[in-house]
Amino acid sequence: MREIEYREAIREAVIEEMNMDPKVFLIGEDIGKYGGAFRAYKGLLDMYGEDRVINTPISEGAIIGAGMGAAITGYRPVSELMFIDFSTLAMDQIVNQAAKIRYMTGDNLRCPLVIRTQGGAGRGVAAQHSQSLEAWFYHVPGLKVVMPATPYDVKGLLKTAIRDDNVVMFIEHKMIYLLKGPVPEEEYTIPFGVADIKRQGTDVTIFAYSNMVYKSLEAAAELENYGISAEVFDPRTLVPLDEDALIASVKKTGRLVVVTEACERGSVASDVAAKVSLKAFDWLDSPVKIVAGLNTPIPYNSTLEQASIPHKADIVNAVKEVMGI
Amino acid sequence: MAELTREQKVEFLKTIITIRRFEEKTIQLYQVAKIWGYLHPYVGEEAIAAGTCAAIKKSDYIISTHRGHGHSIAKGADLNRMMAELLGKSTGYCKGRGGSMHIADTELGMLGANGIVGGGIPISVGAGFSCKMEAQGRVTVCFFSDGAANNGVFHEALNMASVFTLPVIYVCENNMYAISMSACESISCKDIANRASSYDMPGVIVDGSDPEAVYGVVSSAVARARSGKGPSLIEAKTYRFGGHHPNDPAEYRDKKEVEYYKSEKDPVINYKKKLIDEKILNEEEIKMMEEKIKKAVEDSVRFAEESPEPQLERFLEEVKSI
Ligand SMILES: Cc1ncc(C[n+]2csc(CCOP(=O)(O)OP(=O)(O)O)c2C)c(N)n1
Repeated sequence: MREIEYREAIREAVIEEMNMDPKVFLIGEDIGKYGGAFRAYKGLLDMYGEDRVINTPISEGAIIGAGMGAAITGYRPVSELMFIDFSTLAMDQIVNQAAKIRYMTGDNLRCPLVIRTQGGAGRGVAAQHSQSLEAWFYHVPGLKVVMPATPYDVKGLLKTAIRDDNVVMFIEHKMIYLLKGPVPEEEYTIPFGVADIKRQGTDVTIFAYSNMVYKSLEAAAELENYGISAEVFDPRTLVPLDEDALIASVKKTGRLVVVTEACERGSVASDVAAKVSLKAFDWLDSPVKIVAGLNTPIPYNSTLEQASIPHKADIVNAVKEVMGI
Repeated sequence: MAELTREQKVEFLKTIITIRRFEEKTIQLYQVAKIWGYLHPYVGEEAIAAGTCAAIKKSDYIISTHRGHGHSIAKGADLNRMMAELLGKSTGYCKGRGGSMHIADTELGMLGANGIVGGGIPISVGAGFSCKMEAQGRVTVCFFSDGAANNGVFHEALNMASVFTLPVIYVCENNMYAISMSACESISCKDIANRASSYDMPGVIVDGSDPEAVYGVVSSAVARARSGKGPSLIEAKTYRFGGHHPNDPAEYRDKKEVEYYKSEKDPVINYKKKLIDEKILNEEEIKMMEEKIKKAVEDSVRFAEESPEPQLERFLEEVKSI
C-alpha cells in the first residue's frame, strides 16, 4: 500500500468530503495562502476559493462561533484552532454553546461542527503552546473527542467527524504531522467508538492514544526482550470510548497500563484506570498503573521538557512493575 | 514638548542597533538549533520600543508580546540574562523555563512577553488598576500588534481601561501582517487607531520607524495618563522585515513591498543617517558604537553558553509542589 504523511491524510480527507458535500467548508487562521500552520491545507484555497477556505483574523471565539452558527443553519464547517492552547479563548462557544445546543433545544438545532486542533509537547514551544488539554473536552457532555495516531486513522476518522451531526473535537499531535504510514487509495471511513489494537499481546494491555501510541509500540518491542507480550490498545476516539474492547483486552491480559502525555491529575488516563478498576476488577492480576506527564506547565529547556512527558523507558518500567519483575 | 537632547538621540540609536544586532544573533543561533521552539524577531520594528521605553520611567510597567525581545532590551534588560533564557539556561530571566515568548522581570517592570496573541492586553487593565490605586504616578505601557486587535480581549480591555480612567498606554505595532494574514484583509477599519473612538480615548498614528516621532506621541500619552486623564491608543505603522519566524519564507508578501520597507523604512539606516546629518555623531563614533554593541552581544552568547543547564533533580523536586 502507498504511504503518505499524516498531514497529507488530513488534506485528502478534507478534499474528499468537500468534493462530496458542497456544505463542507473550512475556517481558521492562516489556512489560506499559508495552507495552515502545519501545511495540512496546502493548495486548498486555490482549489476551493475564499468562500470555502475562509482565512480569519485572530479571533478564536468567533472562529468557533462562526462554525457553530453555520452548522445550525445547514452547513458542515471545519473550524480550526491552530493550537489547543487557544481553545481557552473559545471556551464559551465550545462548552456553553456548541456542546449543549442540540440537547438543550430538544434536538431542534443540530450542530455538525468539527473543531480541528493540535496539542502536545516536544517542540520547545513552552507552556502556552504544548499542552494536552483533551481531558477538558472529554469531561463536557455533548462533545465527541477524537485523537488519531496514524495517517490511516486520521483520514478515516476525519471523514467520519465531518459527516457526524454533533460537535467533534478533533485533536492532532504536533509531533506526528510528517510521519508516514499506509493509507489506501480507495475511499474508507472509520466509525467512532471502535478501538484499534495496534499490537496484539497476551500479558499486559497498554492503553495509549495519539503520540503515545508510538512510544508504547517502542516499549512493547523492548518488552519482548524480557519475554513480555504487550498489547497496545489505541481507543482512537476518547468519546465515545470503546469500553467493551478495552475490558475484553484486559480480560485477556489481566493487566493494564494507561499512558497519557497529559498530566495525571484529572486526566483521561485516571478516568480510564478507574473505569477498568470498577468494571473488570476481578480480571486484574495487579493494580492498574498510569504513566502520565508531570504536573507542570511545559518548560522551554529541552531536558526539562522531555522530562515532563512520558517516554519508552517509563512505559517499560511501568509494565515491568505490573508484571512483578 | 522640550527639544530632544543629544544624549537622548544617541541613546535612541544605541537601543535600536542593540536590538537589531541581538535579533540577528538570535536568528543565527536559531539556525544552528542553539535556540529552538518559537523565535519571533523584532527586526524592522526597533524604533517603536526605543522611542516608547525612553518616554517612560524605569518604575513604569510594560506588557509585551511574542515578538518581545526589543521591548525588554529597550526597558533595560540585561542581554546576558536574555540570551541565557533563549538558550534555556538556569541563569536566564525565567531560569530556562520560558524561552523567547515568556521573558519577564519584576525589577524591570517587565510584566511578561506572551505566547498568546492579545494575552497581555487584559493584564494591562489590572496593572493599570494597580498604578491608579497606589497613586504614585506610575503608568503601564501595553504593546501588541495588528493581529491582536482582532481578538475579543482587546475590546474588553480598552473599554474597561477607558471606563475606569486607567493610566495605560496601548501601543499597537502594526507591522501589516499576522503570520500570513494581512492587516488590510482582516481589520474592519483602515487604521487601528480609529478604534480608539469607540472607547472614547485618543487614537494617534505614528511612523514606527522614527524613534523621535514615537517618543513624542508616547510622551504625550504618558503625560495624559499620569495626570489622571486615562488611557490612549497609539498605532505605530511598521513592518516585519523577515518572516513570522526564521523558518517562514513569507511567500504571502509582495517582494516589492518588502524591498520598499527595507530600503525606505529601516530604522537603523535612517536614524544613523539622521544623526550624521545633524552632526550629532560622525561615522567613526557610530562605528565605535557598533563595535561596543557587537561585543556586548557576543559576550551575552558566551555568558549563555557557559551558563549551567537547569538541574533536572531540582525540577523534579519542584514539580511535586505544583
Ligand atoms: C490567541 C492566539 N491565536 C493564535 C496564535 C498563533 N499566532 C502566533 S503569532 C500570530 C500572529 C500574530 O500577529 P500580530 O498580533 O500582528 O503580531 P506579529 O506577529 O505581527 O508581531 C499568531 C496567529 C497565538 N499565539 N495566540
